[in-house]
Amino acid sequence: MAKTVRDTIKDITKNHLKNNIGKCYGQCLTAVGWVGGTLPEMYEDEGMVELSMADVAGGAIVTGAALAGDRPIYVVRYQGFQWYNAATIVNYAAKSKEIWGRTCPVLVRSIAMEGAVGPVAGSSHHSLVHRMPGIKVIAPMTPNEYKHAYDCYMNDDVPYYISEHRKSYDNTEELSNIINDKADFTIFPISITRFEMKKLVELAVKEGIVLNVIHQLWIKPFDIPLVWKQSLNDSTYGGLVTDDDFVEGTASSIANELSLATGKKVYTLGLEERVAGFHPDVDSLPPTAEKIMNKLKQIKHG
Amino acid sequence: MIDLRLKIFKKASFCRHFENQVYKNVENKNIKFPVYLSAGQEYIPASIYSILEKNNIEPNVFPQHRGHSHYLSVGADPIELIDELLGRKTGCSNGMGGSASIQSKKKNIFGHDGLMGSQAPIAVGHCYHTHKPTIVVLGDASAEEDYVLGAMGWASTKKLPILFIVEDNNLSILTEKKVRRNWEMDDVAKAFKMKGHNIDDNPLSIIDVLNDYNFEEPMLLNINTTRKYWHSGAGQDGNYFDRYEDEMKSLGEEAIKIDLENKQIVEKLWQKQLEIQ
Repeated sequence: MAKTVRDTIKDITKNHLKNNIGKCYGQCLTAVGWVGGTLPEMYEDEGMVELSMADVAGGAIVTGAALAGDRPIYVVRYQGFQWYNAATIVNYAAKSKEIWGRTCPVLVRSIAMEGAVGPVAGSSHHSLVHRMPGIKVIAPMTPNEYKHAYDCYMNDDVPYYISEHRKSYDNTEELSNIINDKADFTIFPISITRFEMKKLVELAVKEGIVLNVIHQLWIKPFDIPLVWKQSLNDSTYGGLVTDDDFVEGTASSIANELSLATGKKVYTLGLEERVAGFHPDVDSLPPTAEKIMNKLKQIKHG
Repeated sequence: MIDLRLKIFKKASFCRHFENQVYKNVENKNIKFPVYLSAGQEYIPASIYSILEKNNIEPNVFPQHRGHSHYLSVGADPIELIDELLGRKTGCSNGMGGSASIQSKKKNIFGHDGLMGSQAPIAVGHCYHTHKPTIVVLGDASAEEDYVLGAMGWASTKKLPILFIVEDNNLSILTEKKVRRNWEMDDVAKAFKMKGHNIDDNPLSIIDVLNDYNFEEPMLLNINTTRKYWHSGAGQDGNYFDRYEDEMKSLGEEAIKIDLENKQIVEKLWQKQLEIQ
């Protein structure tokens, strides 16, 4: 049976701890669910370190451990909590190498989810750290992508922000790009919006719209391969970046980069500019295939 | 005891003359960014590191701004600090750290990022990984940061070998402590079930509480002191008590001789570095 993203993370963490590569830090790690089943059932003497509930201090404690030579994995159970937890990661760990010549690599597991979790805990927040120098940002949604993210971190000496999503944990499949000779649009989906692409393409076929889909793994650094440029240049109506975060951040930045590289218009679609409530009637969720299709039709018809 | 006091005075004297030179070079614009002078507070680091040297303890040190005297008292290179203050790549923080973010790899001093008090949780995390004697230096203002308190609690829970030093000059820029809070840091330490003391910066007071401390558990010292110069830059603070002069008089001729020697040494160091283009 193919391995899930959940089991991939669990195996990586187990290996990390068992081989004394580094410790795993976070709040309520050893609680019943073991962070959605992504952690091996290990305790402090084996490197699974329970921090107190002091969020800001927690991020700084992990930074200090990294400064001392640990290779920490830092689990933050909701991305929205990064407004507290990320302060020292981005202001110390990410800057330490440039200012003092001291490396301070931390792997931040930043976990997104949606649905009835209210105004802070829901959605992805990678835009929060995207603007800061010295940190790399990656949003793996498949087993191989997660392994790639971890391997890159282990071969690097800077902090990594891994923008995870709980809805990817059951996934066993790799997600392939779709590139046609001539398309109407090229879609650049990020995070959980990538799982909408299969349905989006089906809807597009019914509407007579041809789509290219180029899955976004790396958020920062953001390089644009030639094939992406060609794909976008060959798209009649330009591109669309979809995200699980508000668009005034990562999505807009990537859209701008793509637009500058090709001269084509690149649009964005992410969370609506409003606060998420807990009840389904007032929740704010990432764009669905239907919503993305409506956006494409709007663009196409001016 | 007199030998230890003289050793402390020697360090304090070097720091005092160093800071006087910084003051002078801010005034004549050789230093082109804000500096945080530690003159008036130098007996704290001079005492701490003299005692630890005597006890053969080499700590990891996490200061913040106003840290020149910690840097110098640990024995880090004064020339690299001068270069840093002159914005040179040969400076202790590669010319990036200015006055506030100084470090010494050789002496295990770790730079500060500018978020007041962040050095406390960073030091706690570092200490958790190394389990080596660790010193974190705070001011009475940065000690109020919420994450400092969270870090102290965790250090106590994990029984880490860490010493929290609060240099309590009663001022946050110019806002007095009584305006900001009605509690003392040693009481906070005790609430977190660690040892806590509230003392003055007389070397004898510091020796009294630190001489037998062996880093087997966390401890906090709130040390009341006075700042000679402004929060930032070159200017005189009010309400300044000159313990430096007081201690020098108390120690007599030998201290006066040390003072004169250090004045000349520091002046020459600065002069030589300033001559380099």
